[in-house]
Amino acid sequence: MEKFTVHTGTAAPLRASNVDTDQIIPAEYLKRITRHGFEDGLFNSWRKDANFVLNRPAYQGVSVLVAGPDFGTGSSREHAVWALMDYGFKVVISSRFADIFRGNSGKQGLLTAVVEQSAVEQLWKIIEEEPSTPVTVDLEAQVITAAGFTTKFEVDSYVRWRLMEGLDDIGLTLKHVDEIAAFEAKRPSFKPTTI
Amino acid sequence: MGRTLAQKVWDDHVVRRAEGEPDLLYIDLHLTHEVTSPQAFDGLRAAGRPVRRKDLTIATEDHNVPTTDIDKPIVDPISRAQIDALRINTKEFGIENYELGNKEQGIVHIIAPQSGLTQPGMTIVCGDSHTSTHGAFGSIGMGIGTSEVEHVLATQTLPLKPFKTMAITVNGKLPVGVTAKDLILAIIAEIGTGGGQGYILEYRGEAIRALSMEGRMTMCNMSIEAGARAGMIAPDETTFEYVKGREHAPKGADWDAAVAYWKTLPTDDDAVFDREVIIDATKLSPFVTWGTNPGQGAPLSATVPSPDDFTDEVDKKATEKALEYMDLKAGMPIRDIKIDTVFIGSCTNGRIEDLRAAAEILKGNKIAEGMRMMVVPGSVRVRLEAMAEGLDKVFLEAGAEWREAGCSMCLGMNPDKLTPGERSASTSNRNFEGRQGPGGRTHLVSPAVAAATAIRGTLSSPADLVGSSN
Repeated sequence: MEKFTVHTGTAAPLRASNVDTDQIIPAEYLKRITRHGFEDGLFNSWRKDANFVLNRPAYQGVSVLVAGPDFGTGSSREHAVWALMDYGFKVVISSRFADIFRGNSGKQGLLTAVVEQSAVEQLWKIIEEEPSTPVTVDLEAQVITAAGFTTKFEVDSYVRWRLMEGLDDIGLTLKHVDEIAAFEAKRPSFKPTTI
Repeated sequence: MGRTLAQKVWDDHVVRRAEGEPDLLYIDLHLTHEVTSPQAFDGLRAAGRPVRRKDLTIATEDHNVPTTDIDKPIVDPISRAQIDALRINTKEFGIENYELGNKEQGIVHIIAPQSGLTQPGMTIVCGDSHTSTHGAFGSIGMGIGTSEVEHVLATQTLPLKPFKTMAITVNGKLPVGVTAKDLILAIIAEIGTGGGQGYILEYRGEAIRALSMEGRMTMCNMSIEAGARAGMIAPDETTFEYVKGREHAPKGADWDAAVAYWKTLPTDDDAVFDREVIIDATKLSPFVTWGTNPGQGAPLSATVPSPDDFTDEVDKKATEKALEYMDLKAGMPIRDIKIDTVFIGSCTNGRIEDLRAAAEILKGNKIAEGMRMMVVPGSVRVRLEAMAEGLDKVFLEAGAEWREAGCSMCLGMNPDKLTPGERSASTSNRNFEGRQGPGGRTHLVSPAVAAATAIRGTLSSPADLVGSSN
């Protein structure tokens, strides 16, 4: 995983609440067995509308998404995170994220920054008035800045540490393999097995 | 201070707890399927890692499979490639896979409980958000992403921060004709699609205790639609009775030891929840959704809401957008909404009791002119059980299609889909835009409402059929 410290890029406003993972990437794309190349599926049905924010010339090349509350609800598909990252997004900003989506993002290096809804509204205003405004997301300081506007954001402290170090979760866990084995030795005999 | 059910099960699975780190939680059972696993197996292969506990892992083919002509090769080459990948991966890594055609095949959340793999006090994960279903047994069942699938395959653990706990207490008895599905839809409408974020829900109270295991599974299944990764119900005699004698259930002395342990799990009287919600069961009636998320629901007897009914700007806008997508007018009676297709099935309502409930209403009736009705059992075993009871004949004689087991029209990933503009009454769990096929419009309903709707052609409850000439 790439290390994440500070990211600066332009941002797209997604004025919608409850953006579920079926909207982020429809199930049809989930039949693929690869981990990359999902950018064409991102917001597939909305992108058929020429007025959809990501279709507007002013928002080409964006890397920050500013979305309404309850982003990433529904299905656990990690493809939603892959599609956002394959498209070029590094950060999603919202006042509330669904738990599984936020967990998946943390594993892949997509930063989900939680801010107050009032800050989302402010950011929407700034990037709608001037789409070329650079938005800076500083993970170390946990601060977002855009055209003089500054807001703190929340992120899980452990996820923050892992993102900043670019660490692989499985490798970290396997350092404790002795503790796993010790736990297994004490499991009750009535627990079921599949074979 | 006492502990909640969720806290007890959690604490009993902590492998490692350290300051500033998430808990490392042991996973008792890992369910896998074709959609969210191929990239995880690739990851293992790339890192040269084996599956740590093949004996705690199982696979099935469900999301992608057709529900007709299952003896022929899968027509869609991409679906076929994904199924083939699962077969190759499970063979290479030594995991049992219930292939299409096997009598154990079915939807992942139906097969584990029916074979007795799902028991109280376990941690169960799957790369599927409806893993919350297994909470009905007093286990922590959680949906995970593909990176976590790989993590569990490699280590049989997951690093997780403890969740907050929320009690949802349902007092009183459900009125006749009101089912677990109506209750959970009403709860989601009450707390919202984000209300459960960060929590494990525990459903409690008289109405919950009175539910069968199948009803409890329907409730817990939809916890994720309220934003909660897991929902639980304390194990009791109903639970023990259901588990006893199943293939993977403990036997002999193990059974006694297991029951003794399971009885220690219910929430202590002095435990404190982080949040409590109280629902009056006696005031509920059949409940359906009108919008494009599971929180946008109302009693069947109500009218379609107007954006002006909401004070919150976000809700107002979401309602406006939903009505436009659903092609509904504010103020119209929900009972007048005309339905094109009725779907009975899914991990929410594809179990034998659900099929019985629908068959009881359909018996001796015909579905409405022009109506399409699909009945899709959740597993091969459910299918065979239903056929042994003659339910298939009831469905066929009413004019419905009787299909093979799979996820089917719940998610638009296999041949069973809505066409653009087509409107369904569906016993599944999600009414998102395009969920059942691009441009499709979904109303979530109970099996009883689905059956009555198929007969009358508009959203209806069984009570609406009384005196009807149909």
